This record gives sequence, structure tokens and C-alpha cells, in this order.
Amino acid sequence: MTDFDVIVVGGGPAGCIAAYESAKAGLKTIILEKDRDIGYPVRCAEAIGEDGLRKFMETDPQWVAATIKYAQLHSPEGTAIRLDLPIENGLILHRRLFDFALAQRAAEAGSEVQTKAYVDGLIISDDQVKGVNYQYFGEKRSLTAKIVIGADGVESRVGRMAGLRTALKLSDTGSGYQVSVANVDVEQDVIDFYFGSKLAPSGYLWIFPKGEGMANIGLGVVGKGVKDVLAKDLLDKFLADRFPKAAVLTAVAGGIPLAKTLKKISTNGLMLIGDAARMANPVSGGGIISGMVAGRIAGQVAAEAIRTGDLSEKGLKAFPARWHKEVGRDYAIAHRISNSIRDVTDDQFNKMARELKDLPPEKLHIRKVFATAAKHKPKILLDITRAFAHL
Amino acid sequence: MIHVKDNKCDFCGTCVAVCPVDAIELREADIRIIHETCIDCDICVWVCPIDVLESQDAQVSND
Repeated sequence: MTDFDVIVVGGGPAGCIAAYESAKAGLKTIILEKDRDIGYPVRCAEAIGEDGLRKFMETDPQWVAATIKYAQLHSPEGTAIRLDLPIENGLILHRRLFDFALAQRAAEAGSEVQTKAYVDGLIISDDQVKGVNYQYFGEKRSLTAKIVIGADGVESRVGRMAGLRTALKLSDTGSGYQVSVANVDVEQDVIDFYFGSKLAPSGYLWIFPKGEGMANIGLGVVGKGVKDVLAKDLLDKFLADRFPKAAVLTAVAGGIPLAKTLKKISTNGLMLIGDAARMANPVSGGGIISGMVAGRIAGQVAAEAIRTGDLSEKGLKAFPARWHKEVGRDYAIAHRISNSIRDVTDDQFNKMARELKDLPPEKLHIRKVFATAAKHKPKILLDITRAFAHL
Repeated sequence: MIHVKDNKCDFCGTCVAVCPVDAIELREADIRIIHETCIDCDICVWVCPIDVLESQDAQVSND
């Protein structure tokens, strides 16, 4: 007998959905969250597509800060290209409330939840993960389980403890910094992306509206460029230039995984999901929905493996197979795009933006961007637009 | 040797994510470098978004 059927390490969206699916299938399930809160601190720009969300739940206006209709791309010299989002709606969430709702849903399906529970080791015997060692308010505890699901975010230590290679390469890492600000005048139905080697080398800067007078403003620097610049300094400078009256209500640092899915995301008794498995969109860095998709698959595969009694990597093989079929394959392509975007020069970007700018607005849609981008190499604007449009 | 500057860390875990030898331990509001494991590759120093980590000469710390 094990203490639990399924232990989920990490109470973000991916972990909460995994626990929900597992509990819904009748499995004894617990979420262990290292921080004292579910949903806080929010290390996220908080954007998702409503069509992706709808596969999981109805939108609750309580956790929606803004509804997005347009994406606006800014070239290094300042040309702005406004595009309709090719998806139904973009949403900027209140992640704290959103994550709470997801954890509540898992709990109501029957899952237990413990916060302030820091997993510092795995119980492994006969080459099989059989539980976790953790500290609950600093007190050492252990729990056994048939399946452990690692949803421990960008740090991804649970996978490492099981011998999986999870360390992010520098070239696949966004060094991010974001502030939530008040007293700014931003359009509430537009998300803005700024590009340029001075503003955010090899990365981008974003402005996402968060309700009247409020916005998330952040940036990520990617790859070797981080040696010479600091994300926080770049953002502070942008704020001083553009929003001198902004008041910073929240400031967070964060690492953004812009990698391909890990080669190995499961082993005997263990599955990795979300940022821990490097499942975010490698172009945009968005990873909420993809993490939830993986959480759903992992919860369902755990239930099936426990039913058949095969808890080995082989018994879990539907997990990587389904992930790659549903999302992973597309994101492998996005990863190649992501690498080519980093090589685009400011000049190339400016030229493309100028060309698009001269078009009448009714002609400026994603297909036109595609045509313009295709003329140049690489076809950057298309790739960016597509990736961001799907967040 | 990697040194953690006082009162600066936001505990975001970016350094943990890139550490090739799992030499950084991070809890809710507590960060430690495991010096016995650390190989001084400095990747964590570069990637930190808010300049919390610094590389120091080993000699200085041996004094």
C-alpha cells in the first residue's frame, strides 16, 4: 500500500490540472506546493488564448483582467504594426485568482493540497520512483506513491532527482524581469511587443494591459546576450523613458524556458509536465495552456497505468506519445523559428515593418505579413505573429 | 566561487534551471550555493535577471 496513488509536485496550472484529472479518475491524489501560497508570486505575463482555455473550463470574468483583440509589433526604429489576433480572444489573467480556481477544482474533485511543502528528494528503489521526501513547514516528511508527477516549474529539480537531464542551456533561457504598474495609459484591448538589440537583445519587451490604468510590462533577454546586460536595468530604462509616472506595484524576476521539450519526460514511476519538462512555446515563452494540456495527459495516463498495474516507463509511454502528437511536434518547429528570430538584425526588422506600414489597414492582415516576411529572410514577422497570436 | 548578494534575491529559480550540476538550493525565500558541487561555470551569474549572484576569486574566500 502506498500513501497516495499520485503525488503532484508543484501547484501551478499544469500541476493542478494533473491532480484534477487524477482525482477525477478516483485516484488518491495530493499536490505539494513549495511556497506558502497557490498562485503567488506570479512569475508570468498572464496571457492566454481563450480558445485554448475553453478545452478546460469556461472563462470566469473574476480572473480576467483584460480581453485582447489586437497584437501590435514595434520595430526597433519605432514603426508599429497592428494585427487582428487570429484567435477568438486573447485574455490577460489575474493568475493568482486563476491558479486558485484551478486548485479549488482539483480539491473539489478529491485531491489534497499542501502548501509550504518543499520536496527535497525522491524515494527511489529498484530503479523506480516510489515517492518523495519533503519538508512541511521545515519538518521532514515522506510520502509514497505509485506515480509522481513533477510540475515544479522552470527549476525542474524533481526530474533531476530522478536522473533526467533538465538543465536549461543558456541559449534556451530567457532572463526575464516584469513589473505590474499603475498610473499608465495603455489601450486595454492591445498587447504590444517591442523588438530591438538595445531594448531587449535577442528577446522582446511586452506590455500587456491589466485593467484600466494598469499593465504588466516586462522583458526577456535570451542567450549569450545576458552576459553583457541585465534584464532589470533594461526595463527600468524603458519605464523611465516611456512611463515616467508609472508606479510599480509588483516586480518579479523569472526564467523563461525557450527550449524544445526534454528528450525524456518520463521514467519509471515519474512524469514531468509544464515548464519542468520545457513545454512552453519557445518563441513567445507562453506556457499556461500547454502545461495544462500536459497535465491532463499525465493525469489520464497515470490513471491508466495504475489500472493496468504497469508503472514502468513503458507503462507510461502514452504520455510522451500524446504530448508530442498534441503539442510537442509543433513546438519543436517553433524552437527552430525561435533560434532564427534571434539572428534578425535591427535593420532587417525595420525594413519589414516599414514595408508593412505603407499598406492600408484593411489589407494588413496576417496573410499580408506572411507575404512580406516571405520576401525577406528569415520570415520573422510571420513567425513572431503566429507564435504570439497563439500565446 | 559564487557568492549570493545580501537582500537582493527574488527566489525566481532561473539560476537553478540553468545550473548544470544542481548546485543551487532554493526554497520559498532561501537560496544557497552548494560550493562542494559548484564548478564555477558562472552561467547562473550571467542569467540572473537582477544581478544577485557574483563570481568571486577563490583566494579571497580562502583568506
